[in-house]
Amino acid sequence: MKLIIAIIKPDRLEAVKEELYKADINLMTVNEVLGHGRQMGVTEVYRGAKEMGNLLRKIRLEIAVNENFVEPTIKAIIKGAHTGEVGDGKIFVLDLAECIRIRTEERGGEAIG
Amino acid sequence: MKKFVAVVLLLGLIFTGTCFAEDPNQASGAAQNTQSDIQSKSQVDTGDTAWILVSIAFVMLMTPGLAFFYGGMVRRKNVLGVFMQCFIVLGVITAQWIFYGYSLSFAPGKGFWGGLAWLGLNNVGAAPFKDYAATIPHEAFMIFQAMFAIITPALIIGAFAERMRFSAFLIFTVLWATFVYDPICHWVWGVGGWLRDMGALDFAGGTVVHINAGMAALVTALVIGKRKGYNNRPVPPHNLPFTVLGAALLWFGWFGFNAGSALGANGLAVHALVVTHTAAAIAGITWASLEWIFNEKPTIFGTITGSIAGLATITPASGFVTVFAAVVIGFAASVVCYVSVAIVKPKLGYDDSLDAFGVHGIGGILGTLAVGLFASKAVNPAGADGLFYGNPKQFLVQLIAVVVIGVYSFVVSYIIYKIVDLFMKVRVTERDEIIGLDLTQHHENAYTVIE
Repeated sequence: MKLIIAIIKPDRLEAVKEELYKADINLMTVNEVLGHGRQMGVTEVYRGAKEMGNLLRKIRLEIAVNENFVEPTIKAIIKGAHTGEVGDGKIFVLDLAECIRIRTEERGGEAIG
Repeated sequence: MKKFVAVVLLLGLIFTGTCFAEDPNQASGAAQNTQSDIQSKSQVDTGDTAWILVSIAFVMLMTPGLAFFYGGMVRRKNVLGVFMQCFIVLGVITAQWIFYGYSLSFAPGKGFWGGLAWLGLNNVGAAPFKDYAATIPHEAFMIFQAMFAIITPALIIGAFAERMRFSAFLIFTVLWATFVYDPICHWVWGVGGWLRDMGALDFAGGTVVHINAGMAALVTALVIGKRKGYNNRPVPPHNLPFTVLGAALLWFGWFGFNAGSALGANGLAVHALVVTHTAAAIAGITWASLEWIFNEKPTIFGTITGSIAGLATITPASGFVTVFAAVVIGFAASVVCYVSVAIVKPKLGYDDSLDAFGVHGIGGILGTLAVGLFASKAVNPAGADGLFYGNPKQFLVQLIAVVVIGVYSFVVSYIIYKIVDLFMKVRVTERDEIIGLDLTQHHENAYTVIE
């Protein structure tokens, strides 16, 4: 079992979701986060005081999958989120020790899908 | 599409040519003002003036109300952009109005514009100008009308929301006020205006404000193109409570808009207020019912949209029709606007983001035609009888007003857009559109994520 965390641009979320559905992946947790990659943010001015905003809004997706779904998930995220510009985001893959479905108390791979 | 636009353009040009005939008596008309000014100083009515001062404040509040109404509907990265557009219009159009806009719109004359007699508010003072409002200071009438000139271009914002550059918007708005609003205002309301002389009735701006802004909205939505990622489904509003607040302020302000247009504290003002309120109420109920029938549940967004449609539709009729007619008009407003917004717009696939055309344009057309049906001299002796009161000619006159103003606004708004687009890109870059207008156009952010 793996936990896939993806940081993507907010406006790519719809496209990523569509690609994931196509790949038959429809369980995910979505968060709005602030982040900072290699690009700078947009300057902000409040009543004349300039601030170099360096944190940009991003979307963080978390998807728990069984081994056979790891590559399809990564491919789907890349397909939906890729624009070719700086700031497209990153995908992290972590080992997942356990997964329990609360309603049935199923464990492991059974509980994920 | 190109052929269609070309034909419309040509018709518009032929038509505008006929409007440039100047009236030789214009200058002498201005000279008579000072005579009549002296005679009528004593005719100012304190009650009428008090009501107009209140109405001015009411109508002024509609533009910030519109900012909330529209601002709640856009995505949160664009809310300040919409607020800014509405507020800067308050500033810019006020300046335009006092320098030359009022003169172009209302100075007596048979030309394309009113003329230059009242440039910089020259001769506009405490004495009433009898042809417009005999019992209130001329200056009060001037600033009351300024609020109408302000909210009209602000209405168009709904069509190109979330994708227009701020600088281009400013230039477009000033040109639009000068070449579209001012002439149309003069034709319908100004002394010597040809539609006024023909007998076209528009109590508070169904043609001048709603059809005018609605057609400009349609053409700008078509020319600027769809928002990135728009797939004929509504973009979810980021803050519906804002939209409800805005609708409430608009409804409130509309009493000044319509009842204030009686230009006095009298029975007609009361009646205009009653029919305005009636149409808004019935239209709100109607939209909620339609949703309940066709979409399973009534929604607050639908209910307020219906009310605004009812208000826009009753506007031209408010001082001419009975309360019963207002019920019919309110009902029809919601049905027709519902069809235009929920069925026609997705089918045609243009992106009038916040339905400026679908609600205000369609409502204005419907209401202006309704005057031709329901107007009654029993309600307002200064008005006329409509088709249902044995005067089919009035309906024809209203139809002419709708077509002429619709076509003129559509064509000239298109030309102005294209001219601005020549000198600067009207639409923001794709990157700016993705980041949002708040950060890219104004360097500010409405909401923080942390703290």
